[in-house]
Amino acid sequence: MANVLSTETLDAEVLDKVQALIAQHKDMPGALLPLLHSIQDGIGYVPEACYLPISKALALSVAEVHGVVTFYHHFRSHPAGRHILQICRAESCQAMGSEKLEANIKSSLGIDYHQTTADGAITLEPVYCLGNCACSPALMMDDEVYGRMNSQKVAELISDARATS
Amino acid sequence: MGNVNAIKVYVPRDSSALSLGADRTAKAIAAEAEKRGIDIQLVRNGSRGLFWLEPFVEVATEKGRVAYAPVQPNDVPALFDADFLNAHSEKAVAHPLNLGLTEELTWLKNQQRLTFARVGITDPVSLEDYLAHDGYKGLANALKLTGADIVKTVTDSGLRGRGGAAFPTGIKWKTVLDTKSEQKYIVCNADEGDSGTYSDRMIMEDDPFVLIEGMTIAGIAVGATQGYIYLRSEYPHALKILNEAIDKAKGAGYLGENICGSQHAFNLEVRRAAGAYVCGEETSLLESLEGKRGLVRFKPPLPAIEGLFGKPTVVNNVISLATIPIILDKGAQFYADYGMGRSRGTLPIQLAGNIKHGGLVELAFGATLRDLLYGFGGGSATGRPIRAVQVGGPLGAFLPESQFDTPLDYEEFGKIWAVLGHGGIVAFDDSVDMAKMARYAFEFCAIESCGKCTPCRIGSVRGVEVIDKIIAGTEYNKNMQLVRDLSDTMLNGSLCALGGMTPYPVLSALNHFAEDFSPRGSGLNNQLQNQEKAKAA
Ligand SMILES: NC(=O)c1ccc[n+]([C@@H]2O[C@H](COP(=O)([O-])OP(=O)(O)OC[C@H]3O[C@@H](n4cnc5c(N)ncnc54)[C@H](O)[C@@H]3O)[C@@H](O)[C@H]2O)c1
Ligand SMILES: Cc1cc2nc3c(=O)[nH]c(=O)nc-3n(C[C@H](O)[C@H](O)[C@H](O)COP(=O)(O)O)c2cc1C
Ligand code: SF4
Ligand code: FES
Ligand code: FES
Repeated sequence: MANVLSTETLDAEVLDKVQALIAQHKDMPGALLPLLHSIQDGIGYVPEACYLPISKALALSVAEVHGVVTFYHHFRSHPAGRHILQICRAESCQAMGSEKLEANIKSSLGIDYHQTTADGAITLEPVYCLGNCACSPALMMDDEVYGRMNSQKVAELISDARATS
Repeated sequence: MGNVNAIKVYVPRDSSALSLGADRTAKAIAAEAEKRGIDIQLVRNGSRGLFWLEPFVEVATEKGRVAYAPVQPNDVPALFDADFLNAHSEKAVAHPLNLGLTEELTWLKNQQRLTFARVGITDPVSLEDYLAHDGYKGLANALKLTGADIVKTVTDSGLRGRGGAAFPTGIKWKTVLDTKSEQKYIVCNADEGDSGTYSDRMIMEDDPFVLIEGMTIAGIAVGATQGYIYLRSEYPHALKILNEAIDKAKGAGYLGENICGSQHAFNLEVRRAAGAYVCGEETSLLESLEGKRGLVRFKPPLPAIEGLFGKPTVVNNVISLATIPIILDKGAQFYADYGMGRSRGTLPIQLAGNIKHGGLVELAFGATLRDLLYGFGGGSATGRPIRAVQVGGPLGAFLPESQFDTPLDYEEFGKIWAVLGHGGIVAFDDSVDMAKMARYAFEFCAIESCGKCTPCRIGSVRGVEVIDKIIAGTEYNKNMQLVRDLSDTMLNGSLCALGGMTPYPVLSALNHFAEDFSPRGSGLNNQLQNQEKAKAA
């Protein structure tokens, strides 16, 4: 598995950042998830080139690190767009028409889940409940939740997002 | 704005309120007040839980708070014109958004708010506010008791795990108390993966100190000095608020060494989950906290004996832990006096889906589903008949109208092969396609399976295929039998309740809504024709 992972190299600045995060987290009990979160928060994804330094610092194998990153839906191993739009696919939102909304969003962005628009503005992800089920259908743009959504409101959100970095 | 005599105006900061524009409303109110030279004190409280009325603005008066809802930014100038800050004035009373005194709203008056006593009332991150509203009284009592006496109080209250499995909390704590170890842990399960549920989120965002207090009491009771809150990554607001509240509690001596001058120590840390539903299962959660993949562990050993890092660990849901302070404050009997049968106390019920008045309803056990759906809920949002409800999240059964008179009680639900779970109720109107819901249940299980056992990992994928064949009318009888066989295998052969309970939604859909499973395009299916009509309307 390890040789598949080494195709990507990180530039020195990113690598420094990752090394600093590793140093900061490595002594926590159960350090791996907090560390992966900090890397993804800091550089937007968890590059495969991080697996080796992480595995060394935490006394794990590269395969173990890879296994953890891929087990969790939240972690991405490739860069995302500038904004992440998560559409709730769970039951409460389905009861309020999320399927139609989901189809409209996909066709207006011209992408499917786990893809990024050509202009690099938006990555689309499914999510299973945002805890906003009294205001279904719900979605999340970056860290903000939106409720009682319809296609028009989503279109506004998307054009606002496209206009910001 | 520093004037203490300034009128207090409350605009919630709960995420559901924010999702409907509460921040914009708050800004508009502040700006308009400034423009008019009026001194107000803007408080960002939690939500009262009447989500169909968010943004729910309140104005403090000498008779209590007066509600105006829902308030959009463009309503704000007119509210000022109507002298809304002088909430009992003739002009203010006449304003269409004025709902009168919040405490007099029947929706709230008909509830028994114990765990949610402060939610929506206080500023979530104000420790002063928490203390002024009976906060830390439970801890004060606990500090006078032995661990065994605290555990006995919890046992006597009848509190059962609110995460869904309803195991008696006191008995779980006793196991941890009785297991000798230098190091023990309190782990709060804040993964709240169930669709249709948000009560954990509300506690964490709207009254975080009650959870912190509950965990501290748990630590003192069983002899644990370290706590973790395993928080789902979908709740960024809860993360911020919890961390702010933890810092304040630490600063004031409610966390750390020598809590409130006692010999007890308790430290608390929030850990972010990473979007895996199965990590709400307690052993998968512990694996995840240890930095591993969330593969479910075999039980025994129970986490109470060998939990986090192999040490005795209390794993409890947010609501279970947040209910501890009131039990220690008011006594076991006070809590046990609510409820029916073996379901003691109250359940924070979450109304969701296609419902007119969605929100948080805390009630003593015993109310019926119909009370909730039509009394509190006001029927469906679309105005069409409610055809099915799913109670207890994605692993809960679908109930038809004929079961709406079932009282909310763990055992009564068990009798009809359903579960109360974490108290989420998701309503569907008559446009729902139950075969599609059954398919989704399998699909969800396939997406979220940890992969450790075959019935779940393979069965769920097969389930999707078989339902697709049924819908297409391919070898109908054979495939109907196959779904039942597959469900049997999953029910009996799965290691955890993800695989083990997926048959609940599937088989209940099949049993109660068989008409939706007839081959499509046969012309015989009235229900589907109704759905087409409903969609066209
Ligand atoms: N809240 C949510 O988001 C959510 C999501 C999915 C499932 N669920 C619920 O989870 C439930 C299944 O949970 P589970 O698999 O943990 O149930 P379980 O019955 O195995 O365990 C319930 C709890 O009791 C403890 N326990 C059992 N026997 C004990 C003993 N003798 N001493 C001490 N502790 C003991 C367990 O460790 C566990 O904490 C389902 O019923 C479902 O409703 C909730
Ligand atoms: C697949 C699965 C997911 C679960 N998710 C949660 C959850 O998100 N929150 C929760 O409190 N319990 C969840 N549980 C139940 C926990 O395993 C455990 O019973 C609970 O945390 C114990 O706390 P309680 O006794 O206070 O309810 C889940 C169980 C399963 C099988
Ligand atoms: S039932 Fe599914 S989620 Fe549970 S242990 Fe088995 S494979 Fe994992
Ligand atoms: S189901 Fe969509 S927010 Fe809960
Ligand atoms: S992890 Fe054991 S079967 Fe794949």
